[in-house]
Amino acid sequence: MTAVTTPPKKQAQRGRPGQSSPKLAYLPIIFLAFAIGIPLLIIVVYSFLEKPSQGTGVKWVFTLENYKALFIQEKLDGTTALDTRYIKVLWTSFYYSVVTTVVTLVLSVPVAMWIATRDAKKRNLLVALVTLPFWISILIRTYGMRQIVADEGPIGKFLGIFNIEWSILYAPPATILGLIYVFLPFMILPIYASAERFDFRLAEAAYDLGAKRMTVVRRIILPSIRPGVISGIALVFIPALGSFLQSDMLGGGKTNMVANVIANNFGQARNWPFGSALAVLLIVLTLLFVLIMQGAAQRRGEKVELV
Amino acid sequence: MNEKYLEIRNITKVFQTPEGGEVRALDDVSLDIASGEFFILLGPSGCGKTTLLRSIAGLEYPDSGEIVLQGERIDDKPPYERPVNTVFQSYALFPHMTVSANIAFGLEMENVDKAQVSARVTEALAQVRLEGYENRMPSQLSGGQQQRVALARALAKKPKVLLLDEPLSALDLKLRRGMQVELKRLQRETGITFVFVTHDQEEAMSMGDRIAVFSEGKIVQLDTPVEVYRRPVNAYVADFIGETNLIKGTVVAGGISLPGGNILPTDQLAADSVIPASGEVTVAIRPEDLVLATNGMISGTVRDVIFTGDSVRVHVAVGDVEVIASLASYGTQIPEQGSKVTLNPEHRAARTVAS
Repeated sequence: MTAVTTPPKKQAQRGRPGQSSPKLAYLPIIFLAFAIGIPLLIIVVYSFLEKPSQGTGVKWVFTLENYKALFIQEKLDGTTALDTRYIKVLWTSFYYSVVTTVVTLVLSVPVAMWIATRDAKKRNLLVALVTLPFWISILIRTYGMRQIVADEGPIGKFLGIFNIEWSILYAPPATILGLIYVFLPFMILPIYASAERFDFRLAEAAYDLGAKRMTVVRRIILPSIRPGVISGIALVFIPALGSFLQSDMLGGGKTNMVANVIANNFGQARNWPFGSALAVLLIVLTLLFVLIMQGAAQRRGEKVELV
Repeated sequence: MNEKYLEIRNITKVFQTPEGGEVRALDDVSLDIASGEFFILLGPSGCGKTTLLRSIAGLEYPDSGEIVLQGERIDDKPPYERPVNTVFQSYALFPHMTVSANIAFGLEMENVDKAQVSARVTEALAQVRLEGYENRMPSQLSGGQQQRVALARALAKKPKVLLLDEPLSALDLKLRRGMQVELKRLQRETGITFVFVTHDQEEAMSMGDRIAVFSEGKIVQLDTPVEVYRRPVNAYVADFIGETNLIKGTVVAGGISLPGGNILPTDQLAADSVIPASGEVTVAIRPEDLVLATNGMISGTVRDVIFTGDSVRVHVAVGDVEVIASLASYGTQIPEQGSKVTLNPEHRAARTVAS
């Protein structure tokens, strides 16, 4: 008689609790790879192609002319000269973004510290209020901003009482104001996240060791919220550099940022290759900025918290 | 030795509770601390001891009263102008600074020159036996080491008074005992006046030159550890310091009638016991002052016998109360559970206490 042995049933291949199957991550990763990678590839390829003599699109002929055209202008008499128009646009974008970043940073640190020192219930409410603008479309908010800063808007009317002239709409100040308004929460939230973890007993210890108020802020509080500040700078500066809506709607097209020029080349100007070259330049400059930020953070042995 | 080195004069501090009530954290507290003294503020949590310490540091401003150090008022000064430093319960080391940067921080605030700073950092680290840890970050240290850095950071400032806010409470028992000895040694060697807050009566007795026992914002008793232990002023102190059997009785002719029909003769009580002519009294007897006797004064039934190694604790039902006797674990006949025993208070250590 032979014993019939059944092999032990194979245990269902289940992950430990709290571990999700990597398969679940495949779909979004593939989607992101396609949605980011392919357009990026197209842009890079287009930037090396010629513009067709008529209509939109590209002509499949390799050229470096588009990159040359970013900096060099060919005059009608055949001579070439340095073309500063696009450098100026890039500089304008950079300048607006720096101003936006600095202003939001200066405004956010006290706000974040103030929220972080409230009790838990108030804190949650205040954080919810900071995120409130996200509930409304950026387009509508920018329209709203346009009404507010318009010459005949509430500010203008109020200042009119004192005979003070108010006219910033369709000019750089309105663009910058719009950028600051839109990006402020992106600066407050990461700084708050750092500030909330700050142990205020450290400030007491610093006082006790002889530090005055400003020294405590400079040497104890600010270094402690540095990760949040770095995240905030990255979250504001990078998207601000590629901003489009504010200069379009508030700046009145007179104060072009680089994204407006790119959009224009894909639109009215119908020069996709040149628009692509400008886009590639913007991407490279942004990457450069990220690398510099990360380098600065790593030198201090800190992790950059992007969000 | 200056007996009035640090004077606390009539300090009152009232906190508002979120519910709208008031808590008197300190209620007209006065005390003098001598120079070079190891002074303990002892009491349960919420008794006001930490508020007093923080008031001396300047982290809390009393509603009324004065704090005087070497004849000079300091209670109106901000913390950074007071020549006192604190070792915090949470250590409060700056996480983004190395050990030596943490210790140097306080010296930089005084504009001590660089060479001097580095010499004093080295000296402070040597005092707490942490040489070689200069470049570590606080997160790379154990709890005990962090505690030493916190101590070194405060000591480096050479404060006129060192305030310690339950600095050992986060350490395990063995480490804590070791640190107690070390703190005592440090205090002796540096000659700095220590004011040490704790809720641990054993810690208080093993380190303090004098102990102020707090209850609900007031000092109940201020004395040396031996006096506080041997002559507690009331039942609260007797119970809080060490372990005590508090037995309610009535005064009768020649003694005190205890539960279960036992009479404790007056001549067995401590000579300075205050015994009223009649009425109820509370008798305090330490478990280690009770011995088994063949024909003792307090008779009862053994309820539990617990062997703890160095002693045997016998719980005896005396009338309707339980009395604990702590007997030497060698050389004693250990009674069995349920047996009848009689106990005698020894050394006239039993005493009446105000309830």
